[in-house]
Amino acid sequence: MTMRHIISILLENEAGALSRVAGLFSARGYNIEAMTVAPTHDPSISRMTVATRGSDEIMEQVLKQLNKLVEVVRVHDLTEGPHIERELMLVKVHAMGPDREEVKRLSDIFRGRIIDVTDRSYTMELTGTGEKLDAFIQSLDPGMVIEVVRSGASAISRGAKAI
Amino acid sequence: MTSPTTTQDRPGPGQQTEELTGAEIVVRALRDEGVEYVFGYPGGAVLYIYDKLAQEDAVKHILVRHEQAAVHAADAYSRVTGKVGVVLVTSGPGATNAVTGIATAYMDSVPLVVITGQVPVALIGNDAFQEVDTVGITRPCTKHNFLVKDVRDLASTLKTAFYLAATGRPGPVLVDIPKDVTSHKAAYHYPEKITLRSYKPTVKGHSGQVRKAMQIITGAQRPMFYTGGGIILGNASEALRKLVRTLGAPITHTLMGLGAYPASDRQFLGMLGMHGTYEANMAVQHCDVLVALGARFDDRVTGNLAKFAPHARIVHVDVDPSSISKNVRVDVPVVGDLQQVLLEMNHMLEENDQRNDPQAMQTWWAQIKEWRDRDCLHYNQDDRVIKPQFVVQKLFELTEGNAIVTSDVGQHQMWAAQFYGFDRPRRWVNSGGLGTMGFGLPAAMGAQVAEPDSTVVCITGDGSIQMNIQELSTCLQYRLPVKVACLNNHYLGMVRQWQEFFYENRYAMSYVDALPDFVKLAEAYGHVGLRAQTPADVEPVIREALRLKDRMVFMDFQVDPTENVYPMVPAGAALSEMILV
Repeated sequence: MTMRHIISILLENEAGALSRVAGLFSARGYNIEAMTVAPTHDPSISRMTVATRGSDEIMEQVLKQLNKLVEVVRVHDLTEGPHIERELMLVKVHAMGPDREEVKRLSDIFRGRIIDVTDRSYTMELTGTGEKLDAFIQSLDPGMVIEVVRSGASAISRGAKAI
Repeated sequence: MTSPTTTQDRPGPGQQTEELTGAEIVVRALRDEGVEYVFGYPGGAVLYIYDKLAQEDAVKHILVRHEQAAVHAADAYSRVTGKVGVVLVTSGPGATNAVTGIATAYMDSVPLVVITGQVPVALIGNDAFQEVDTVGITRPCTKHNFLVKDVRDLASTLKTAFYLAATGRPGPVLVDIPKDVTSHKAAYHYPEKITLRSYKPTVKGHSGQVRKAMQIITGAQRPMFYTGGGIILGNASEALRKLVRTLGAPITHTLMGLGAYPASDRQFLGMLGMHGTYEANMAVQHCDVLVALGARFDDRVTGNLAKFAPHARIVHVDVDPSSISKNVRVDVPVVGDLQQVLLEMNHMLEENDQRNDPQAMQTWWAQIKEWRDRDCLHYNQDDRVIKPQFVVQKLFELTEGNAIVTSDVGQHQMWAAQFYGFDRPRRWVNSGGLGTMGFGLPAAMGAQVAEPDSTVVCITGDGSIQMNIQELSTCLQYRLPVKVACLNNHYLGMVRQWQEFFYENRYAMSYVDALPDFVKLAEAYGHVGLRAQTPADVEPVIREALRLKDRMVFMDFQVDPTENVYPMVPAGAALSEMILV
């Protein structure tokens, strides 16, 4: 059975490290739904979040293979415990006539913020789980959407401890 | 935008630390690392390094004729000595030619440090002459790789490369050095020890797991040991022998593991897998406990995974956690250095008298004897056509089993594995994982460099030998008295065999027309060429070759073109579903 997993990876903030992780996933045929990476509060370490799918056997291999990469400091499957997942989405939509008010209302319902305005469009910022962002897109008339940018999932474990 | 490529940090007056150029740092680091031999080929981007290397007596250089051969030679040098093999090649085509060698070493977990030249830092990314993204190309086939952009990082990077190559599960590590970095200067400091927060290979096996493993092993009615290259790489042969002898259990090896346990010992059942013996494969299929040590359940070993060792609980010891439960789910995993784990197991055996039930073991060995009596490697040698198996058997007899044997890839490789009995580790050198044709001759050179006084035989075929035949020239330059035994059947034999079995005898492109006269070719390269046409020629030819101790000899054996390798487990079949003669 394939399940969705969110894997957090701490790795040396060095040129090529990202490519090693991405290359590992493609070379071994592992699935990547989304991947984000940025330096942490320790500038020598980057944190990568990978959303992936696979059976328990595949996931065991994914974690072992990631651990094997020389630049990887720590690997943790956040889906093994309570965790919080957030994704940032920027959406540019047509906003003219009666739609203009409607889009504003929808954005409010989803706790979005309008961050750029023209006489014909709005650009909104939303955060939430991937599902919430999907739901927002689905609530819009497909013809309205001009552009969507999603960050991919970022995630952190609940509680006081680091991974 | 261009940046200056001239030396900036020259030693100022009164400065204490000795400053060296990057090229001097490379050579000094090799010396400090105790490297005796570098296998390589010069070119523009590594000229500074070669200039300094030529002035260093402690580090000798073997000039090959193709970069792929440099890597294979260093690889074999490492397999024979247990040391890290070192390669030096230039940028661009030098690096790409080395890739097959690097991938070969990676698949077989051989520790190498491969130094490649690169275009100057300022030109990287500009499609400069002989530029290629070497770290990009080699990322998936190295254990790790580095691009050194600052000469001040060079010494520590080289130390890290040697450390990574040799520890944990070994493998090739590549260091890409731009040309300007080799001319810049920096203070030389070669670290004694490297610690990396992101790399901590497990060495000691978990004692609880080891104890659990021993309970299962000694509780078995039908135990079977299956060991691989990890035993050889981990220098664990001695500990393995003690363990297996104490328990009196049967043992089989993978292609990579041959020599770990003496082939001449009755407890050894021969190789397992696609061309394994009947007794080894049947024992694996019928055992109740399978003890996998330093092996990785490769598809050529297991056959159909769903039907592999169906009655067995599996104990698996490996230094690489990702090898465990990758292909086959195991019951007792132990992550750790093979030698240490086996020593601990032996220690446990000394402390208690847990042993397998003697009655059950007797029944198990009686069953194995029945399988063994099938004599699955039997062949008939008449007086007309030379059987390839006969050649290998004669080589084994006349070298008294003491040669270092390298091979290429194909039928001859399997016959070498089946008919040359290795009683010691590090005597059998072949490309098991990647299956690289062209490996054998350069590997024989590396082995001969490692052991100048040993007999080194390259068992090869007419297809494989031509993939690195140019190295005959290297053999002459360094007076490497390698003995090539070419099982010449005018076919790409293994391809032909598959076509006969699975493609209804349609021999598509597997007949090799217009072969060179190998005897004359050897002579043209300044060596001795000998040919055996009939079975009666075989022994005299081998004797003559062995008599010429100081000469490279090419033995061309005209063997039966239609001989097949038996037994054979067809791809996808269970190990017990063997095609026998």
